[in-house]
Amino acid sequence: MEPIRIIRSRTVVLPVDNIDTDQIIPARFLRTTTKEGLGRQLFADWRYDAQGQPNPDFVLNRPEAQGCAILVAGRNFGCGSSREHAPWALVDYGLRAVISTEFADIFRNNALKNGLLPVTVDEATSAWLLANPGVELTIDLERTTLALPNGTEVRFPIEAFARYCLLNGIDELGFLLGRKTEIEAYERRRSAA
Amino acid sequence: MFEKVWEAHEVVPETPDTPAVLYIDLHLIHEVTSPQAFSLLRERGLPVRRPDLTFATMDHSTPTRTEQIFGGAPIALESAAKQIRELEKNCREFGIELLDLRHDQRGIVHIIGPELGLTQPGKTIVCGDSHTSTHGAFGALAFGIGTTEVGHVFATQCLLQRKPRTLAVNVANRLRPGVTAKDLILAIIGKIGVAGGTGHVIEYRGEAVRALDMDGRMTICNMSIEAGARAGMIAPDETTFAYLAATPRAPKGGAWEAALERWKQLPSDPGARFDREVDIDAATLEPMITYGTNPGMVVPITGSIPDRRDDPMFAKALEYMGFEPGAPIKDRPIDVVFVGSCTNARLSDLRAAAQVLRGRRIARGVQMLVVPGSQQVKRQAEAEGLHRIFIEAGAEWRESGCSMCIGMNGDTVERGRYSLSTSNRNFEGRQGAGARTLLASPLTAAASAVRGRITDPRELLDA
Repeated sequence: MEPIRIIRSRTVVLPVDNIDTDQIIPARFLRTTTKEGLGRQLFADWRYDAQGQPNPDFVLNRPEAQGCAILVAGRNFGCGSSREHAPWALVDYGLRAVISTEFADIFRNNALKNGLLPVTVDEATSAWLLANPGVELTIDLERTTLALPNGTEVRFPIEAFARYCLLNGIDELGFLLGRKTEIEAYERRRSAA
Repeated sequence: MFEKVWEAHEVVPETPDTPAVLYIDLHLIHEVTSPQAFSLLRERGLPVRRPDLTFATMDHSTPTRTEQIFGGAPIALESAAKQIRELEKNCREFGIELLDLRHDQRGIVHIIGPELGLTQPGKTIVCGDSHTSTHGAFGALAFGIGTTEVGHVFATQCLLQRKPRTLAVNVANRLRPGVTAKDLILAIIGKIGVAGGTGHVIEYRGEAVRALDMDGRMTICNMSIEAGARAGMIAPDETTFAYLAATPRAPKGGAWEAALERWKQLPSDPGARFDREVDIDAATLEPMITYGTNPGMVVPITGSIPDRRDDPMFAKALEYMGFEPGAPIKDRPIDVVFVGSCTNARLSDLRAAAQVLRGRRIARGVQMLVVPGSQQVKRQAEAEGLHRIFIEAGAEWRESGCSMCIGMNGDTVERGRYSLSTSNRNFEGRQGAGARTLLASPLTAAASAVRGRITDPRELLDA
């Protein structure tokens, strides 16, 4: 995985609360055995009409959204299904961070394992970002800050180990495999009990 | 109770810098969220550490039409057939027990785990599926994980986890006739909201919960995730033990006695502290039904759609549903009725639906699908003659699977149609692009199928 330190981009804004993973990628696109190419189906039922043509009103289809790496969404982003296809689709599309006031637990875990940064902000910051689409933001993972265009910096919380892994581009499996001795000891304790 | 299970599974406790290494007792897998995790093992040259604690079935994209499973007809969707073949190949290669498409114990993963007795009190159980919370009905700590984490469990039998907070939902008094576990959990989600449980493990307590059978308790824990909770749990008791004693893979003989001793230590101690508590009175509840595009948008069936015109999210949901604020929910016409899913496709759910349908026919123009949660539920229902009640009423009786809850196998609802479903999610497009889903109990689903309109089941139960 590529290390992440700074993400600098204009924002694309989806002012909708409770965006569930069925919206991020509908279930009919889960009949796959790989992770590749899911960006085409990102937000498919909002992005395309019943005939499969791009819906010109949907924000991701507008010219100003092209190339944006930061998505600003309403409250409780990523609720519902545990499908990791949701962050796979967001990353494949080109997004590197999502900003919301709150993330669903499983989605947050899945996102962090795929180099997609879930940035939790307070209601006021969120409201401002939702009302001002397209602004240029700088997310600094090292300092855990989000810099707004007026220079204001907002701190965001992130689990310490996930941050360490993202900053260094390492995955958690290596760490778990390194706990082999402890795992074996635990299994011996359990089978003795 | 949660703390006891958590502490017993800490391989390495959490620190400010690192999450806990948590041992997993049972890893359930299915065809949709496992292929990429097997690929990870191959890339790294790793085996599955504990194939004996790993158990596979196929349910999400599997056909429900008998001829496509047993009759030699091809599986209609090639992409689904490919996922099924891939799981067979992966299980062979990594030595994992699989209940394959024609196996007589196959079914929805969250229905067969308990049915076989694999699900037991005090276990940690994970699956690449958010409704893994179902297994918490037995006093297990059970939660959904992503595919990368499926790979972690394959390789190490462990997960890196931060300890969640606890939320007690205390349900006083008893449910009234015609009001079921499904109505109770919908009322709870309506009260705390779809993010109300985020970061928490819910323990459901109180008289109404104790009075539920295991099927009802599973319905409650199943939808914990719809309140955003990491997991839901119910303390094991005599009801739990009686259920497990009849399952094929529960401990037997001396091992059963030893397990029983352990399980009886699990319930929360008197005076246990929770990070949050919520109280609800079961005796005031009515049958519940959703009207919007998440499970928290729910009203009593005798009620009206709320009027929050000034809330753009609310307006968007109502526009999708084609509903007017302030209008009664009852008597609205429906097109499709689905009785099935890991929420409500156990034997007692089918009995409830059959109780309403016995001697009646579903309304003209309504399509009704009854999809048992497992092949065992199917056989039990057929032994009781429930299938004849459904077929004579005009419903379709299918083979088990997730089916129209998620529509991955082609069992979908057409754009713009109204589906009254006993499943767990009424998200936009959940049952098919443009489909409009209303969630309710099997009783409400069956009653509404008879009238072709949203119907309070108590009107038909009294008749």
